[in-house]
Parts: sequence; C-alpha cells; structure tokens
Amino acid sequence: MHETHRGPARLLVADDNKVNRLLLTRSLELQGHSVASAPNGRVALEMLRDGGFDLLLLDMEMPEMNGFEVLEQLAADRALRDLPVIVTSSLEGLGNVVRCIELGAEDYLAKPVNAVLLKARIGASLEKKRLRDQQKELVRRFATSEVAQDLQQSGFALAGRRVRGTVMFCDIRDFTALVESQPPEETIELLNTFYTLMFDAISGNGGVVNQMIGDGLMAIFGAPLPLADHAGAAVRAALEMIELIELLGSERAEAGRAPIRIGIGVATGEMVAGYTGTQQRATYTCIGDTVNLAARLEAHTKVALRAILVDAETRAELGDRIATEALGSVAFRGKALPVEVFAVPCGAPVADPSGG
Amino acid sequence: MATAIDPIAFAELQASAGADFVRELIDTFLEEAPPMLAELREALAGARAEPFRRAAHSLKSNASTFGAATLAAMARDLELQGFAAATPAALAALAQQYAAAAAELKALRDA
Repeated sequence: MHETHRGPARLLVADDNKVNRLLLTRSLELQGHSVASAPNGRVALEMLRDGGFDLLLLDMEMPEMNGFEVLEQLAADRALRDLPVIVTSSLEGLGNVVRCIELGAEDYLAKPVNAVLLKARIGASLEKKRLRDQQKELVRRFATSEVAQDLQQSGFALAGRRVRGTVMFCDIRDFTALVESQPPEETIELLNTFYTLMFDAISGNGGVVNQMIGDGLMAIFGAPLPLADHAGAAVRAALEMIELIELLGSERAEAGRAPIRIGIGVATGEMVAGYTGTQQRATYTCIGDTVNLAARLEAHTKVALRAILVDAETRAELGDRIATEALGSVAFRGKALPVEVFAVPCGAPVADPSGG
Repeated sequence: MATAIDPIAFAELQASAGADFVRELIDTFLEEAPPMLAELREALAGARAEPFRRAAHSLKSNASTFGAATLAAMARDLELQGFAAATPAALAALAQQYAAAAAELKALRDA
C-alpha cells in the first residue's frame, strides 16, 4: 500500500497571479520538491519543452496562453502528453472542472489550495507517472532480445509473452477528503477492509491483484493462468466489488461515518505479461494499450459519473449476459482515436460531486 | 475591532507557509491588489467585460488566501455577475473593504 519511491520531484507552477505563484511555490518547496515557476501558459510550455519536469501545477486564467490552451498543447505533444497536470484554479462551475479532466488534467484542486490535499494529490500523481514511466521502460526493454538477455544475466527475470486478457483498475473516490475527515488509524483500518473486500471479489472470480497504487489497485484476469471468460469474470468481480462497498458504506453510515465510493475501469485485449523486479521481489504485471485504456476508463468514471466503465472489447465478450449502456465515444489522452465507452449499470451510481 | 480577516484562515496560512513568508506575501498582495482595483474601475469605464471578470477573479482568489472572506465574497459577486453588479457604488464598497483588509493585514504583518 505504501510506496517508498517518492523522492523530491521537479515541479513547475504556472500562475499569472504573483501571490498565488509565490504561495504555491513555497508550499511545494516545504514538501521537499524542487520548484520553478512561470507567469503564463506560453512561458510554462517553453520551460516544459526544455525538459526535466515531473509534474505541472496549472492555473487556468492566465494572459497570453490560458490553462485550457496549455492542456491542449500538451495533449498534442508526444514528449509531454504523459506529463501529470494538476489544475489549481478558483474557476467557477463544475463544467470547467470536467473540461480540465477531459483535456487530460490528472486532478483539479480549488484555490486556495489546502496544503494536505496538495501533498496527497502530488504524491498520487507522481506515483502514477512513475508507474507509466516504468511501463514505457519495460516496453522498450521487451523490444530487443539483447536487452532482455542482459537483464537476465544481471538478475532480472523477464519472461514477457503476449496474452489476451482483461485488466481492471479501481480506486476510492475522494479518498483525500475521506482521509482528512477521520483519524489516521481509521483510514488504515478502512484501507485494510477495502483491500480485503476487493481481493476477495477479484480472486473469487479468478483475477489476480498485481498492483496496489495508493488508494487503488490494478488486477489482471486471464494471466498468468489462462481464464476462459476473463472479460465476464472481471465484470462480475466489479459488480461484486460495488456491492461490497455498498455494504461497507451502510455499516459506516450506522457508525455515523462518511460513505465510500469507488470507480472501476475494465478493458480487454492483448497485452505483454511477465515478471518484473529483482529475484527477491518479483511482481507479475501486464503492459500495453489495454492496461492504459483500463486506467483511463477508471479515471473517466469521475467524469461519466458511473461506477463501472468498460471498453468495446469487454462489452462484446459479455454478449447478453450482463447489460451495458453505451455512453458514446470519448477521446482519451494518449489515444489516437476516440474510444467507445460502456457503463455497467449497478446499484451504486457515482454521485454527482455538485450534489445534483 | 478586526473583522476583515478571518483569524482562523490566517493562522492556517501562517502554519502551512511559515510566518516570515506570510509577511512577504502580505507585501506582495499590498502591491498587487491596488492595480487590480484600478483595472476593475478602468474595465468598467471601458466596458471591457473579460478584463473586468479576470481582475475580479484574481482579487477573489488572493483575498481568500489571506482569509479576507468579505472581500473575497464581494469580488466573487463581481466575477460571476459582471457589469450587472458593477455599479460605481459597488466598486467603492469593494475598495473600502480592501482598505479595511489591508489595514488588518499590515497590523498582522507588523505584529
């Protein structure tokens, strides 16, 4: 659950307002990061293109080039489209928040930015970036046999093979708000319960949890052991997970605690699966477009306000067994073409954050 | 009686950013805010809606940073309602509220 790889990161703050810029820079420096700043989007983009940044904190209202334009430019730039972006803005209206997330922003923080929340979101964003970098690096390594051989000799065991399977990403919605609303011991207890329930639903349906990321997880169905109906198994697991979370929520409600909600993304297709890591601690993992898509779908549950989203391949394999609802095509960052998205109706719709 | 700055919000700012840094930040705000107020007046006179909204937005954002809740609320009204709410009287009231917030911030800075 806890990741120890979080060293200082190099962050860029883009904000035209001097008070905001100084304050944000200060907060981030106090968290141990190395921070540079830009007074508008155009300068920010130039600095990013020079390279070396791990994350961008982006204001929306800026002269010369505003935040929306920066997000569009980043999405169109091969070298920068995976850079995590946290939008920090006091823009009014949920529509603006959704627009930012749709343009590829990792997260949205309202100003004035709460320091604890900021720290949590930066940690989560950097962790996701680390994972994506790791995946890219693995893809690169799988590409040449010489490199793979070299790795084996140096103690890594990498036996990548192409498999067809289903990948699931899941995380707790508004986890940081939940953390702030209760003592740390309660959060740890909650996370333990959460993982126990989720593991149960996933392994009960033949899946394997292979990554725990902060308050979320990644699971694979169909690898390392083949599974006849991996798409169906993953969606059944997802439905069970939602049911279990609802049960947990009503228990918590009785104890006067805030409910908890999760979002789940499921994608089916080909991927490269194998062991990665040292001989002492090998992790089975999968990489490829399918994995990326499942992660994007999971993130999109926030925008679509649905608890479970699946891709077209998963839907096709479900046939008539489990009902789905077509939500149309969505353009995801890192995807050349729009992707068809389907919701799996279940008992717990993800509530509208505006309360509507 | 100090009422323009919410003491809890200000204390939180000091706790998270450090008291010395907050002193510098107050100086920056006292330099930056008068041009924002001027921009509001000029944008209103010149009927330039977007610069008006943006100046109101910036002022709202900075006011809430320091816990100047009333000032932030007034600036927010101007941001959301634009010229509909922007009478000369409303801008005068805003300037007055800024003066009160600035005086309290100076006192806090020199405390």
